[in-house]
Amino acid sequence: MIQPTHSSRRILLPARGWFIYLSLCAALVLNLIPLGRLPGIPDWVALTLVFWCIHQPLKVGMGAAFFFGLAMDVANASVMGQHALAYVLLAFAAGGLSRRILWFPVVQQALHVLPLLLGTQFIMLLIRLVTGAEFPGVLYFLSSFVAVLLWHPLNYILLLPQYRAIEHDENRPI
Amino acid sequence: MSATGHIGHTPPPFFKRGPAPLARLAFFVTLALLLLVADLRFRTLEVARMAVATVLWPLQKAVLLPVEGAGEAGNYFSNLASLQQENVELRQRQLAQANLLLRQAHLEDENRRLRALLAMQERLAVPARAAEILYAARDPFARRVIIDRGLTHGLETGQAVIDDLGVVGQITRAFPLTSEVTLLTDKNQLIPVQVARSGLRAVVAGAGSGAMELKFLPANADVQPDDTLVTSGLDGIYLPGLPVAKVISIDRNNSFSFARIEAMPLAGVERHGQVLVLGRRIAPELPEEPKEPVKKPGKGKRTAK
Repeated sequence: MIQPTHSSRRILLPARGWFIYLSLCAALVLNLIPLGRLPGIPDWVALTLVFWCIHQPLKVGMGAAFFFGLAMDVANASVMGQHALAYVLLAFAAGGLSRRILWFPVVQQALHVLPLLLGTQFIMLLIRLVTGAEFPGVLYFLSSFVAVLLWHPLNYILLLPQYRAIEHDENRPI
Repeated sequence: MSATGHIGHTPPPFFKRGPAPLARLAFFVTLALLLLVADLRFRTLEVARMAVATVLWPLQKAVLLPVEGAGEAGNYFSNLASLQQENVELRQRQLAQANLLLRQAHLEDENRRLRALLAMQERLAVPARAAEILYAARDPFARRVIIDRGLTHGLETGQAVIDDLGVVGQITRAFPLTSEVTLLTDKNQLIPVQVARSGLRAVVAGAGSGAMELKFLPANADVQPDDTLVTSGLDGIYLPGLPVAKVISIDRNNSFSFARIEAMPLAGVERHGQVLVLGRRIAPELPEEPKEPVKKPGKGKRTAK
């Protein structure tokens, strides 16, 4: 992917692998912040993962999703495999929809991301309800809506290193 | 003919992309489901979980710092009036309990002597260890908190956790430096209790949203609102007589076989603060069966013939 969206005329620098994984690790650290049972805290790992799966489907895929899912399972003290399964399905869907979603402007991309994140939460809910946990309430789904509101700023922050040209030139679209 | 010669050979790929996405999906989903089943059914992943939790601990501790700092800043600026009010409340409670506390030693002595007279098993005092609740686990499906004492401090799974008002929960996972306490309000946490007024024994389970439910009691059970539930000690984990919950409402509907009895925990289960981890209760040994000489019935008859 060399443009921010397919309809854009701007050409980006190639994404660096270390920055992708650094951003995912940063998201994991954000997820570790103990905020208790406050509703509406977005799942940063899922959000960052869906971003890279859409923008770099060849570099980030189900393998990274599985790995970070396991890390979340341990950090969250939840059932082993709960996040892993949900994130793998999220990465598959995001990678498959990547070529469609990138034709839209950023605000409409967010509308495509919303059902993906809601589906991830729904899978986790299903896994836990099957294993006999209590229903956490409808506010549980609020975190996906908050995450979607953050899609635009996230888009800006995570693409920032790719906007920086090595040598600045006014006549070049890079 | 040359075209048929190529049947069975895929054309060389221009870009190497590994297995197809659907194949990768099937692989990872299978792996995740295997982990899920292994964790739920066999509990074999506790060791792996402990290893990863130990590695993640410095990271978690670092992340905890700003949250703690914010909390301390909030405390610093907290209202003087609220502190004074809390002080007055604490003094009143201390005064109200002074009567019991001052005579505690005397009553315990008396109790020991009476028990000795009755030749009953002495109730052993259990060691206790203070701990602090670090944070509530982020898992929205369960009610668990993390405390700052672990295996290295001598804690183990199954120990009871209380605060100054009553039972808080039970340690369900012990890590080297921290432990995970499942609160009484968790849906899967059960605790055997008895009604302090009538001595009726029952089981209390978490009911979600901070409430608890008295289970499997018939519609005509001797329970009233405002009854205090204390631990019965039948499980061998909790000491008998610890306050657990207060009955809020009773729904004696005859169309169901059991009464619907709702209770609220007495301890500050959903609040943060200091807790006390009680040592493992040593279960009283079973009385030895008297050894009687066993007669072999078959042999005697045969010799008589």
